Amino acid sequence: MSRGSGQHGPRRVVVTGVGVVAPGGVTREAFWSTLTAGRTATRRISFFDATKFRSRVAAEADFDPVAAGLSAQEIRRADRYVQFGLACAREALADSGLELDERTLDSTGVVMGSAVGGTMALEDEYVAVSNTGKEWLVDHTYAGPFLYQALVPSSLSADIAHRYGTHGPTQVVSTGCTSGIDAIGYAWHLVQDGEADVIIAGASDSPISPVTVSSFDAIKATTPENDDPEHASRPFDATRKGFVMGEGGAVLILEELSHALARGAKIYCEVTGYASRSNGFHMTGLRPDGLEMAEAIRVSLDQGRTNPTDVDYICAHGSGTKQNDRHETAAFKKALGDHAYRTPVSSIKSMIGHSLGAIGAIEMAACALTIDRSAIAPTANWSQRDPECDLDYTPNTAREKRVNVALSVGSGFGGFQSAMVFSRLKEAA
Amino acid sequence: MTAARAVITGIGVIAPSGIGADAHWKSVLDGSSRLGRISRFDPSSYPVTLAGEVPDFDPDEYVSPRLKVATDRWTWHGFAATQEALEDSTIDLSGMDPYETAVALASSSGGNEFGQGELQALWAEPDGAVSVYQSIAWFYAASVGQISILHQLKGQCSVLVAESAGGLDSFAQAVRTIRRGTKAVLAGGTEGPLSPYALTCQLSTRRLSTSTDPATAYQPFAAGAAGYVVSEGGAVLLVEDLDHALERGAAIHGEVLGWAATHDGRASRPGDGGDVTQVARAMRLALERADRSAADVDVVFPDAVGVPECDRVEAAAIREVLGEDVPVTTQKGQLGRMYQGGAALDVATALQAMRYDVLPATPGLTDPAPGCELNFVTEQTAQRTSLALVNARGYDGFNTSLVVGRYEEAV
Repeated sequence: MSRGSGQHGPRRVVVTGVGVVAPGGVTREAFWSTLTAGRTATRRISFFDATKFRSRVAAEADFDPVAAGLSAQEIRRADRYVQFGLACAREALADSGLELDERTLDSTGVVMGSAVGGTMALEDEYVAVSNTGKEWLVDHTYAGPFLYQALVPSSLSADIAHRYGTHGPTQVVSTGCTSGIDAIGYAWHLVQDGEADVIIAGASDSPISPVTVSSFDAIKATTPENDDPEHASRPFDATRKGFVMGEGGAVLILEELSHALARGAKIYCEVTGYASRSNGFHMTGLRPDGLEMAEAIRVSLDQGRTNPTDVDYICAHGSGTKQNDRHETAAFKKALGDHAYRTPVSSIKSMIGHSLGAIGAIEMAACALTIDRSAIAPTANWSQRDPECDLDYTPNTAREKRVNVALSVGSGFGGFQSAMVFSRLKEAA
Repeated sequence: MTAARAVITGIGVIAPSGIGADAHWKSVLDGSSRLGRISRFDPSSYPVTLAGEVPDFDPDEYVSPRLKVATDRWTWHGFAATQEALEDSTIDLSGMDPYETAVALASSSGGNEFGQGELQALWAEPDGAVSVYQSIAWFYAASVGQISILHQLKGQCSVLVAESAGGLDSFAQAVRTIRRGTKAVLAGGTEGPLSPYALTCQLSTRRLSTSTDPATAYQPFAAGAAGYVVSEGGAVLLVEDLDHALERGAAIHGEVLGWAATHDGRASRPGDGGDVTQVARAMRLALERADRSAADVDVVFPDAVGVPECDRVEAAAIREVLGEDVPVTTQKGQLGRMYQGGAALDVATALQAMRYDVLPATPGLTDPAPGCELNFVTEQTAQRTSLALVNARGYDGFNTSLVVGRYEEAV
């Protein structure tokens, strides 16, 4: 990044490890099995009594921190979303075969995304210190010893850095529902520019708590249909009624190409493009034309000199709100032209819900696995065509297909529209 | 990607030192404490009663009624700092491609006061619920989203959280974004850590000063250091592609030359002030990437958290990288700690020091603690100032250093 270093172009970056915590199965393999079976993990909320809320369904993860290898101290200290992050990091690092030692710790960083951070712990503690909301001047003597870690979401990346003793750039990116893609994008830039050789990159969120459920109730973004939880998340289907909240996380090991090749690492794919654009329109509203998302897609394809017609699969944002589904369908057509009609699209949120900031990283994990294993996850619960959503949404059944280029997009509150491209590794020049 | 140079062309300050770069600089030169008893709520029942608040801030001057109800005070400060920075820069955004403009701010804890009100609305009554604005007002991205919409900044936007260090990381991110084709990026950040619940959260670190005397409550590097005093506010600055700035004839405050972020790789604990090696490595790398040597540094603005073990670590790192003679100055004891906003404010102060060739003093630092011996600027000093190194460290191990310099044409 010193002046003049741009002459040889940015360094190439590959994915060499994947770790996932998701509803329906809390490891990478269980996650992939959920997706390829088209199994839905949405259910009635069990974490708390949700009777008073409009939306009472969610995709909860059956997560056991002890089984995920967390120490007693980590469990005591870390809120649920941080525990997800630690579990994902462990699985991804093991998968990568990377050995972190004195020579590599300085050049290894941690960049994680989270939309709502420690809200779960913050709300629990709030209830205690405020006498169930009765006191504005809360009683600090009831507060737990790790409350500050809940307040600042930087704890997510810090706790991962602590466990592995990494000394490279460490950051949390918090751009709402595009946090996952944006965190991996930030990490990509750091490795491209030589600020790090390896980044433990991803995102996690655990938003299934009363305050977040109430937040989306208030704006009617989540589904009010509570009678058939397994079929509540229906992206791109004409009968969809809103999104279903989820939780979880994913970590990808991003590594500079020659670094990975030198150690003979298994390479899932190369990160060949990432861009984010803002719609400058509304914090929650989307214009139906999808122009800004199309621009993000265009730029991210252009960076890797990827022709739009080379896109083999689109991992959609597919939240299951009418506004979103139409917005991104328009964006895909704008960015890919007629090729959009020939490209399989799917929303894994149909199965594992929308885990806010985490989902972008989980979707990138899905893209890495899609390229590696030549299979495309379906959009579950699809039965009725929406005339304005007329692409191939891979309904209900997974498909075998060799995928060389996978595009993923995210759209979030604040107006952020992000796109990322993973490509099968071409021979290193 | 290019190796484009990035310069700072606009400074917007909203801090206990005042509103606007000029008011801030005047307060800094004056040196009197801007801390006082918390007025946002009655702090009597808390061990911490002092804070720094933005004086005479009228949100209606900066925020429309429609936006005001939908945003936290922290975002109001963000709107105001942005407006100040854009006015200072004289940039005409309407003449630019919206995709070539962006906003990359740091936020450590989101819309605290707003969020506490919503939690109360949800929990105080059995059928309670949050308002329609909770989903867009509390989360960390609220300010960046709102600012991008208000000013039509549609390029690569970012929201960074690295406790206090993220305020400097945002400048690095602005330059990365500019090198990828964006022309102008707002960087920095504001914080709003003053609500009863947010204060309660901060108490758990045991790093806040419990003193009730504004003049001595927060004394970084001093023998009497006993923690920090928290403040609201911060700074937003406009970082711009050099060629773009030159073409429009902008006044250039300085150049972002280099940066580095490291991590201690271990948690913050009482008695453990962090890792000297990693604090030093951030400084050394930032200078290296700026293509400057230790001898070129005219002044250091340290993190200066005021926790004795942390101050000793930072002082040792500064001595290791820059020696014992480099001038070091901090106004945090005077203005309080604004977390990521404070790091951004230090960049603003550094640019003002270069503009006026004056090193502002560190008010009240007459008796450095053992281990904190540095060449502190104890009295305001007229001195040619062309290169400043700014440090920011975040709770739980984050270290970032940023090098900003006087803009000079390439030879």
